Formats: sequence, C-alpha cells, structure tokens
Amino acid sequence: MQGSLRWRIILIIFVLGLGLIYALPSVPGIKKSALTKILPDNEINLGLDLKGGIHLTLGVDVQKAIENSLAQMGQDIRSEAREESILVLRPRVVQGGKLEFVLLKSDQQEALEDMLEQKFSQLKIVSREPLEQGKVRYVLGMTPKYKEHLTKLTIDQAIKTIRNRIDQFGVAEPDIRKQEGNRIQVQLPGLDDPQRAIKVIGKTAHLEFKLVDDEADIKKALKGILPPGRELAFIYKKLPDGSTSKQPIVLRKEAVLTGEYITDANTAFDSYGQPYVSLSFNKRGSRIFERVTGENVKKRLAIVLDGKVYSAPVIQEKISGGRASITGRFTTEEAHDLAIVLRAGSLPAPVHVMEERSVGPSLGQESIEKGIFSALIGGAVVLVFMVVYYGFAGIVADIALLFNILLIMAGLAGFGATLTLPGIAGIILTIGMAVDANVLIFERIREELRRGLSPRAAIDEGFGRATLTILDANVTTIIAAIILYQFGTGPIRGFAVTLTLGILASMFTAIFVSRVIFDLWLTRRKAGTALSI
Amino acid sequence: MGLQIIRPDTDIDFIGLRKWAFLLSGLLILVGVLSLIVKGGPKYGIDFAGGVIVQVKFDQSVDVKELKQALKEASLPSLVVQRFGDKEDNEYLLRTSADKFSPEKIRSLVEENLKKNLPGKKFEIQRLEMVGPKVGADLRSKALEALFYAVLLIAIYISGRFEQRWMTAGVMAAGLALGVYVLKLLTMPMSVLIVAAMLITLGLCWYLKLNYALGAVLALIHDVFITVGIFSLLDKEFDLTIVAALLTIVGYSLNDTIIVFDRIRENLRAKISPSLARTINVSINQTLSRTILTSGTTLIVVVCLFLFGGGVIHDFAFALLVGVLVGTYSSIYVASPILLGFKPKVEEEA
Repeated sequence: MQGSLRWRIILIIFVLGLGLIYALPSVPGIKKSALTKILPDNEINLGLDLKGGIHLTLGVDVQKAIENSLAQMGQDIRSEAREESILVLRPRVVQGGKLEFVLLKSDQQEALEDMLEQKFSQLKIVSREPLEQGKVRYVLGMTPKYKEHLTKLTIDQAIKTIRNRIDQFGVAEPDIRKQEGNRIQVQLPGLDDPQRAIKVIGKTAHLEFKLVDDEADIKKALKGILPPGRELAFIYKKLPDGSTSKQPIVLRKEAVLTGEYITDANTAFDSYGQPYVSLSFNKRGSRIFERVTGENVKKRLAIVLDGKVYSAPVIQEKISGGRASITGRFTTEEAHDLAIVLRAGSLPAPVHVMEERSVGPSLGQESIEKGIFSALIGGAVVLVFMVVYYGFAGIVADIALLFNILLIMAGLAGFGATLTLPGIAGIILTIGMAVDANVLIFERIREELRRGLSPRAAIDEGFGRATLTILDANVTTIIAAIILYQFGTGPIRGFAVTLTLGILASMFTAIFVSRVIFDLWLTRRKAGTALSI
Repeated sequence: MGLQIIRPDTDIDFIGLRKWAFLLSGLLILVGVLSLIVKGGPKYGIDFAGGVIVQVKFDQSVDVKELKQALKEASLPSLVVQRFGDKEDNEYLLRTSADKFSPEKIRSLVEENLKKNLPGKKFEIQRLEMVGPKVGADLRSKALEALFYAVLLIAIYISGRFEQRWMTAGVMAAGLALGVYVLKLLTMPMSVLIVAAMLITLGLCWYLKLNYALGAVLALIHDVFITVGIFSLLDKEFDLTIVAALLTIVGYSLNDTIIVFDRIRENLRAKISPSLARTINVSINQTLSRTILTSGTTLIVVVCLFLFGGGVIHDFAFALLVGVLVGTYSSIYVASPILLGFKPKVEEEA
C-alpha cells in the first residue's frame, strides 16, 4: 500500500509537470518571460471564430475542366487523323461531357478506331451511328478511370494555384485542404481585410482562347438563336470617359487553348504606350497554339478571361515560339494584376465561393472574454458549492477539477488542437460534468458509511463500485464526441476535441488523483477521525 | 458528514408516477410536433438553409427600424434585421439571401448605405457568413446522419455492456444497415430516412429484446424531440452549433440513464426485492442524490454560459439548458419505466 502510494504520487507529479509545461505557454504574459527558453512552443491554437479570419469553401467546376479537356482532345483527334489521311469533321463537346464528331468515309472506321485505341486510350467509344452517304457519327466519352484522374488533377492544380496566390498575398498560416465533392476549404486566420483576400483567391483567372465565328448572324444571336456549338459573348471596352461599352460577338463554344499551359505572364507596352500582358506557353501549349493559329489564319481568336472577352485580334500568321499577348485597353495596374494572377497560375476550372465565413478580430476577442468570464463565474460557483456540500471531500473534488482544466489546456496545446468558441463552451460544460465522477464516488462512499463501514472500507467500496459506472457513462459521451468530430466542421470539431479531452482528463483526475488524496488522508489520519464527506 | 439535499431514506414512488410522466412527455412531444407541422418543419439557420448573415456592431444604440430604413436603398433580398446578444452591445444581425449578390457585394452595400444614411454613428462589420444552398443541404444531411449514427452506436454499446450481447447488437446493426440500404434504393429524402432508421432501431431492439438499449434510445429520442419542439415553439433557429448541442444532450442524457441502469442491474443481481418495480424504484432513489447534484452543477455552468457567454453562444447554451433538464427527467421517468414494461434480460436469467 505505502509503496504503491509513493509511485502513484510520483505519477501524478509527473502528469502535473507535463500539464504545466504544455499549458503555460498559452497563458498570456508567460510567452514573453524568461521561461520561454525551457517551455515548448506549442500554444493553444485559436480557431477562426476566436482569432478572426476567413473560412472559405470553394467549389471547383470539374465538369468545365472535363469539357475543356474533351474539346482539346477533339482538336488533337482531328489533326492526328489528318496525318493518317482519315477525314474527321467537326469534333465538338456535347451535353453530358461527351465528344462527338463525324467520320466522312465508313471504310476508314477500322483505321480510325485503331488510331483512337493507340493514341487516345483515355477515351472510349460510346456509340457509332451510320449517317447518309457513308458517314459515321461517333460519340466518345472519357473512361471512368481517366475522368477520375482528371478530376483529381484539376483539384490538385486548383489547390496549388490558390496556395500560390495566397503566398503572394502574404498570410501567416493559411490552411488549404481538399474536401469531398470537389471542394476546397481555405482558412486564413487573423486577416484584417477579408475583401481583398477573397478578391485575389476568388478571381478565377480562367483563361481561354476561343475562335470567333464571324459568319454567324449577330442580330439573331442577340435574340438567342445560335448555330449549334456557338455562344454569345461580349467584348468589354473601356471608353475614355470611364464607362464601358459592350460589343456582342459569337464564339465557338469550345476553347482551343486554356490558361493551364501558361508558364509566365508579364506586363509590357506596345509602340503606342498601351499596356498589354504577354504570355509564354509551355511546350505542349506552344504546339497547340502553333497549330491553332496555323489552321485559322485571317480568323479572329478571342481571349476570354473568366467568361469576359478581353480582345479578339485577327490571326495574321501562324504563331510559333509559344508567345501570345492579351491586349484590351487596360490601365497599367489592371494589366499588372492580370499578369500576377496569370503567373500565380490560372485555375484549371472556374471556382466559386460556396461558403464564406469571416469574423473580425474584435468579435473574436469579445467571444474569448465572454467565454472566459462565464467559465470563471460558473467554475467558481461549482468550486464553492462542492466545498460547502462535501467539506474535505469537496476540496478533493475541487483539486481534481482544477487539475482537469489544466490537463484540457495542456492537451489542446500539446496535440495542436484548435480552441473554438464552442470549444470554450465544451470546457465550461466539462466543468459541470467533471464533478460528476467525484459526486458518484462520494455519494457511494456516503452510502457505505451509512451502512456502518469504516472510512477506509467505505472509500474502497465507493471508488471500486463507482469506477465502472463512470466508465460506462463516459464511453457513451465519447461516442457522441467522436461522431461530432467525424461529421462536424471547424468549430464543431473543436467542441468534440475539448469534450473528449475533458472526459479523459476527468477520468484520470476524479478516479485516480482523488483516490490518491484520500489514501494520503487515510495514512495520515489519527485513529477514529471521521471522514468529512 | 457534509450537507444533504436528498435524505438517505428518501423513497419517492417514481414508478407509480409513470402514467403522469408519460402523459406529460406525450403532451410535450405532441405540442412540439404540432408546432413543427404548423410551421412546416424546423426553422433552419443559414448553416442549413443557406443565405448570408452580417453582424454589425455600432458604438451607440440604433433602432432596428432605423437600421432597416437605412438599408432600404441597398434592396437586399428578403432582408431581416434583428438585435443580437446583449442590449448594451449594440450588435445587430442582418440576414439576406445569397441569390442576388455575392457576399462581398453585400458587405460593400451594407457599408456604403450605413455610412450614408446613419452619419455620425460608427460601426464595424464583425462577422459575415455566407452559406450556399448546396453546402447548406449537405450540412443538413450530415447533421442528421451524425445524430443517427450516435444513437446507433450507443444502442450497440449499451446492449453489449449491459446484456453481454455484442453479437445480437451486431445483428441489429446489420439489420439496420440493410434496412437503410433498401430505403436508400427507394430514394427517400434524408429526413424520412432518419425517422425510418430510428423506427427500425427501436423495432429491432424490441424484437431482439435489447431492452436496456430500447429504454435508453427511447429516452434519447424523447429528449431530442422535446428540445427540437421547444426550439420550434420559440422560433429559434437550427444551425450547426445546435446540432452539436443536441449531440451533447444525447451524451449527457445517456450518461444519466446509464447510471440509473447500472444501479438497477446491481440491485437485480443482489436480489434486493422480488418485485422489479420496487427494485427500479429503490435504484432511482439511491442515485437521486447524485442525479440532482450533477444536474445542478452542470446547470450552474450552463446558466452562466447562457447569461454571460455572448450572443454567438446564446442559443447553444439554451439548447443545453433545456437538454440537461429534459435529460435528467427522462432518465428517471422515461428510460426506467420502459425497462419495467419490457423487463430486463438479466432478470430472466436470474
């Protein structure tokens, strides 16, 4: 008994020390003192709701990326086919993410399908339908495996792009992560100006090059009558008086080239002193650009950024070397911003904000103060109540409770968990529930004392019988907490973590620590002293 | 010996009062359900319904009407203005839908109009939250799923722990998974699915004679229904934090129920009385002191949270307040009488 007590006390002192080491750095004022040198760096992370900052859920339009990629493949199929003297007409993307084109001669079916199998294994033939005059209409779709691969690629690239942009913006600890359902979660703590940040991140800068259909009837198009595979867009021009004019233009729906092939973007000035953005493409991009411009000399190529047409210059000649420029009567700043966004990476697909929560730093501060204030009041009342109600045993319960709170703090800091406003509520709730274990034990001890047992026997019985009950009761709460963690987001997770930590800590303090104190009391007491409980 | 609230020889006939208790519970649930039906379901906050809220803090008091007038020009769709938190904080919550404007546009519209129409009154936008409809629907079904899995896991744990019937509990889980799978094939909406799953859980507990689990789960559903009903009656909104509160209530109420059940099991083994009703009554009375003390301390802190915790946490604290009260009541008046009605397994073996 004596020996085991000594070891238990050593264990408690060890845990207490550990708790203090991890909890102290989070106490204001300590961080600046000399103690910092020996203490660990882990401070309690404050959640966005306490620190202020932005939480964004961005949805990535993967369908759009798939369509772009299909359109690109359509172009590739046509040029590959031409090299093998197979005649293929009008590849275009149709509803439901399919690629459709017409083969002119049905006797080339085998050659075409061989080529598709060899060079376009990402695609599979959905249907082939004979048309009049020996033509065959093909509908191709992506294989599920490639679709999955492309989706992953798109999201990963979007994350990379967003990270690049945020880095340029300079936020201390951005947290960017993938979420299910093609979503990206972005958390920017402690930001004063959410508007600016969202502008930078939210700017899709989805750059596309689309061929202009000058033969289409603009008047009809304005009424909504468009030839298949065409769309109506507007070129926005800034007039000298600051207002903008928009001029309608009919574009081919599919993009011939997208911003994902861009390696660099810079601001430059033309001979009239007008700023423009010059772009460099990577190898693949240059090849595509060369082919597209070669095939469409004297036609116009529209440069579309986020659905807005910036300019639509006429292609004078085949452009090789992988350079292009965007002109569009920018101001110098506009051109500069555009170059930055393009350089940081164009998003592979449009991104839209699905959820946004921004909390100002003052509200966070207020929440902490109110949370701590109510915890202090509630805690104090409980502490006083326990002493009044249980006497000596109440003091033991209070020690256990304070120890418990210390351990929660240390746990939050040590595990790098995040303290959120519901988390503070979780701690406050734990204060109320933490005494439960001790109350259960004490009530049991009282019962046993009433039955006439000696204090030693009553303490033994009380702890023994109550412990299993406490375990059962707490496991169920932990189940609820685990589920909260699994299904919750941000602040809710914080609550689940604090609740779990609180319960684990309370099992240690209420069962183990208070038992040791009672055992100490038993060894020191004079014979015949009654237990104050 | 210290103070006592409940005298050790207390012997209240809880079981005898069960008919009144069932009547009261039934009435509370009925009123809640009626309120839900009349109001066309729970009132969702922006987490679940989608939309935008903007929290504005002024340096002086502003009338809600005045504020609404000041924002009239912005023509924010279905704008609702309300005071938020404590009166002296001068905080206001603006709600609008997110269909017409982007959150940033709303932010600048609010700022411009307040500056223009309420000159001399300084303000700060403290919080802006926008939840798109898709995210809202996802969060809603996730929240329901969370409640459902919590109840299921708890039912399994109780059956295993109290009746040593892990296998049977496993069978129940499998049966439930099958049932939910079939229902999903019929493409039921999530809410119907959850209710159906709950009913299947109860049915399976009853059929497999998992009576402790049956009592505990019924008590849980009872607590959640009453809390949801009271929220509906008071026109309070459901959001993610309220779901967190509901799950906490589930955990807390169960905590209470299990402590009573534990004592019943112990007393059954000790064969303190040949009558089951008597045994249950004695067990409840024996644990009554603890029940009241723990509920008391928990209530103290929850009340502090409710009074001093600030606006953001206010409804959360309120849900906990209701839940702790109802949870304490249900472990005495709902869970245990159900055990009496269906007889615990332990007794049959004894």
